[in-house]
Amino acid sequence: MKRVAILMIVLMAAAACGGKKPPVAKPTTPPPADTSANRPPEPPTPVSEPQPVPVEPSAAGIDSRDLDEINKNSPFQPLFFGYDQSEVSPEGQQVLNANAEIMKKFATWVITIEGHADERGTAEYNLALGERRALAARNYLVSLGVPANRLRTVSYGKEFPFDPGHTEEAYAKNRRAHFVVTSK
Amino acid sequence: MNKTFLASLLTTAAVGVLMAQNPPAQPPPQQDIVTTKITGSGGGLPPKLAVPDFIALNSDAETAAAAKLVGQVLWDDLNFEREFYLISRDTYRTIPPPSSLADVPLDRWKELGTDGLVIGSVRKNGNDLVVQVRLIEITSGRSAFAKEYSGAASNPRFFAHTISDEIHQGQRNLRGVARTKLAFASNRSGDTLKGPVDMRGVQNIYMADYDGANQRRITVARTLELAPAWSPDAKSLAYTSYASGFPDIIVAEIYQGRNNRPARGSDRVHNFLPAWSPDGSKLAFMSQRDGNPEIYVVNRDGSGLLRLTNHPENDVTPTWSPTGNQIAFTSNRTGRPQIWMMNADGSGQQQITRETWCDRPTWSPAPFNEIAYASQAGGGYDIKIFDFATRSVRSITNGEGSNESPAFAPNGRHLAFASSRAGKYQIFTIDRTGENLRQITKTGDNRYPNWSN
Repeated sequence: MKRVAILMIVLMAAAACGGKKPPVAKPTTPPPADTSANRPPEPPTPVSEPQPVPVEPSAAGIDSRDLDEINKNSPFQPLFFGYDQSEVSPEGQQVLNANAEIMKKFATWVITIEGHADERGTAEYNLALGERRALAARNYLVSLGVPANRLRTVSYGKEFPFDPGHTEEAYAKNRRAHFVVTSK
Repeated sequence: MNKTFLASLLTTAAVGVLMAQNPPAQPPPQQDIVTTKITGSGGGLPPKLAVPDFIALNSDAETAAAAKLVGQVLWDDLNFEREFYLISRDTYRTIPPPSSLADVPLDRWKELGTDGLVIGSVRKNGNDLVVQVRLIEITSGRSAFAKEYSGAASNPRFFAHTISDEIHQGQRNLRGVARTKLAFASNRSGDTLKGPVDMRGVQNIYMADYDGANQRRITVARTLELAPAWSPDAKSLAYTSYASGFPDIIVAEIYQGRNNRPARGSDRVHNFLPAWSPDGSKLAFMSQRDGNPEIYVVNRDGSGLLRLTNHPENDVTPTWSPTGNQIAFTSNRTGRPQIWMMNADGSGQQQITRETWCDRPTWSPAPFNEIAYASQAGGGYDIKIFDFATRSVRSITNGEGSNESPAFAPNGRHLAFASSRAGKYQIFTIDRTGENLRQITKTGDNRYPNWSN
């Protein structure tokens, strides 16, 4: 939508009216040569605001009933982390060792490692924390011989908690790397 | 100051209609610029304004509703900046509405203690409305502001917003925010993601007027879209989108329906949390492309990628100083996250806060020089502001719910933020003094607010 330049209207009308106010007849300096009052009447100032156009939707996600079944009864154990931590603990290494064996057995699977955080960080900071957790899991799996090109990472920060509670128990469940089969 | 009373000038046909019963007196028009500024009655009090319903010059219901709405919204808009004391509209319902703008009972308004009266009229012109407005100084009867507007009848509120911004500018030399917009992420559609894990709700980008009116969905992809940021020209939104299966920054020209991806994300390169440089030429953002969350800058067209931080811990949430010479960010390199700042080339990194956990800075616009951030308190966060001038910190929220993601209004006098105080997360606005809390959203979860120029 075009915005037309704003035009001033000289419209200092006799708002006082009612005859109460005598017009002030005080001497003034001579008017400037070209004044707006000498121009033809000007149209009202247009006001308008543009309307947003939705950007095109793009294809998102993967639809596969087979994958849904696999992931519903996932063979992979989640990897849990400490508060504001992204290091793989000794218990976490056991989990990743087991997951790596399954990944090697199903050699065509592509796995997405989701990084998740509890709600105690801010939404923005947790996007970074989720990335670090997913990357930590990926790096460890690659060190165990899982091909890097079969591992994807994504951070969901605190957007998708597994337990919506506000307890330490819930937080512990939500600080995780979660493994999802995204291609067979 | 040269205050000159100008005799009425008939400049348009519309004015002619209004003035028909009261033909103009005929001294030749004088050409001084009117500089009448409404002042308070003394003691430095803010001027008292009254804004009665505008006069409907057509008898149909639509015009009558528009006239009422413009008056109400204008009252709210003028009240928002606290530069005027707005007299409660209930107290002047007994003053009969004038039949025209030239028929104002000054004595009645004087009795109420009114310093300035904003009156106006609304008439139909095809699919448009024509709105006339005047600000009258009650003591003198002088017109301090008078203007006529025309525009689509579909959004009468925009007339009020325009008038409010012009009165704040002309009377108080203040940039009002009545025509600004809020953008935020919301899951209110209730849609769920397609994908291998079920029952995850989508989030999309929405926008609203600064006062919460006209809430509209901007993006429609069935995916996760977060953290919108208005370009300085308010024509584009940059945000974090998972539409391709990985997080990347989309810059959407929302009035054109076009978008691009300047940070060039991929399966391996994830980009988050864009922040526009004040001149709109660059975006600062977080990416893990070098194996770890770091801060980068890229030109809007995708050229000139520059890495600013290089530390094995998390560097995240960049925000530019008003000059564009510096960037503040969050880093946990000393333990828990704290606010840091650096020059826009990455040099001179220094720590600003030393609290339990400080996160998500946003730098105020001039004339203030402040950083608002989320500071951990109790089980959640409060919004705090660090003032560079005094090196002091003040709290804006005080423990009601968790309060995150502060975003300054373009005049620096207000903030939007997300709070869980009403149950789900909702967008609120508040003054930089911590006063005048307003809830903007009510449906679904709404987070990641950002305030347009």
